[in-house]
Amino acid sequence: MNGIAPPLALLAELTHRCPLQCPYCSNPLALERAGEELETAIWLRVLGEAAALGCLQVHFSGGEPTARRDLEQLVKRASDCGLYTNLITSGVLLDEARLAQLVDAGLEHVQLSFQDSNEAGADRIAGFAGHRKKIETAGRIRAAGLPLTANFVVHRQNLANLDSMIALGVELGAERIEIAHVQYYGWALQNRAALIPARDDLARATAAVEEARGRLKGAVVIDYVVPDYYAKRPKACMGGWARRFLNITPSGKVLPCHAAESIPHLLFDNVRERSLADIWENSEAFNRFRGTAWMPELCRSCERAEIDWGGCRCQAFALTGDAARTDPACALSPDHDVMTNLAAAESTHPPDGFVYRRHSH
Amino acid sequence: MSGSDIADDARPRLAPHRRLKFDEARKSWTIQAPERVFLLDEIAYAIVSRCNGEKTFAGIVDELCGAFGAPRDVVAPDVQKLVRDFADKGVMEL
Repeated sequence: MNGIAPPLALLAELTHRCPLQCPYCSNPLALERAGEELETAIWLRVLGEAAALGCLQVHFSGGEPTARRDLEQLVKRASDCGLYTNLITSGVLLDEARLAQLVDAGLEHVQLSFQDSNEAGADRIAGFAGHRKKIETAGRIRAAGLPLTANFVVHRQNLANLDSMIALGVELGAERIEIAHVQYYGWALQNRAALIPARDDLARATAAVEEARGRLKGAVVIDYVVPDYYAKRPKACMGGWARRFLNITPSGKVLPCHAAESIPHLLFDNVRERSLADIWENSEAFNRFRGTAWMPELCRSCERAEIDWGGCRCQAFALTGDAARTDPACALSPDHDVMTNLAAAESTHPPDGFVYRRHSH
Repeated sequence: MSGSDIADDARPRLAPHRRLKFDEARKSWTIQAPERVFLLDEIAYAIVSRCNGEKTFAGIVDELCGAFGAPRDVVAPDVQKLVRDFADKGVMEL
């Protein structure tokens, strides 16, 4: 197919509805409403198209995907098509009967989010009293025999609890623990001054993760995502724009990454109107930053051009106003100072209140 | 257990909810695992496809020696390394 390699995975954002209000939510500031969501029949079609296109895995996400009553049907369809199914959930709506139905439908894995290691902290950050329920849900997931990933998003207001987060993950029987520093787009960008850690605290956290990895080797895998405000080289965001992932929003827009709508003037296609294969190959938004031809000379001639894939386009836009500029996370970027200065200034703020994720009225 | 030798009578197998699957789009065997995909080359597939929880490690090495016409002291370390690596990643159980 024109030399464009097929995507590895589909991120299916089934809904933006969610009881939690995490101030770093990866959903866009302009949340889509329930009335705009794709009908079941369209999702069933799209899952088949994703498998035919070469996707191997589907991540059912949101919002809170279990808020969709047809989740079991979608998991069954994905599983029947040979897709490996993953549920990314807060766990607060998932009771035993529902989980059993999802397992019957072919669900293979659950990633369960936690906002902190202790109830008071977690419920404050989530803007919702759900921590205790999550602990119960984790037990049910393990009792059902499903592999569990415990996901902890970390930032200045909970980073001191990193060791107890890892201990909680182990205690809950997670075989994979994801420690993900907040990435600054959308809601997190709004709340950056309240979230960004100081450089020394980041270094301590990174050392603690390394220590835990050694200690837990062979028993628990720890994945670690660092914030690139202190990086010297950018992350290969999404494994490169339009190289590995497709993201479908609740209303059917197909994005190269979940934050891509923060870049103005990109045209996104909708699965209501075009097939997934057509969009993957031909969509203007996918081709705009695919490969290396779009890169500024600094990046195109760099030996890391096909390692970093130019880093993150949303970040380049958020910090420079130009989505085609070198990612400021790169130390070679003429804008690198902007990022390091922001991090230094904002991380020395006292902890601030949050702008919680809510529908605008 | 990490880093130690695998016992001859160990019976390695894929961990629950890990799937050995042929991917038509890439013409490659894969292991599907939580939020991970491992693409297997011919040798890795030959090893993994024998790890069914019934065959012993020693038996698997014997079979591979036959299949590839290679001596045991060449084959065994490669099998050891791959199985240990997948075990450390939670993909296989011993």
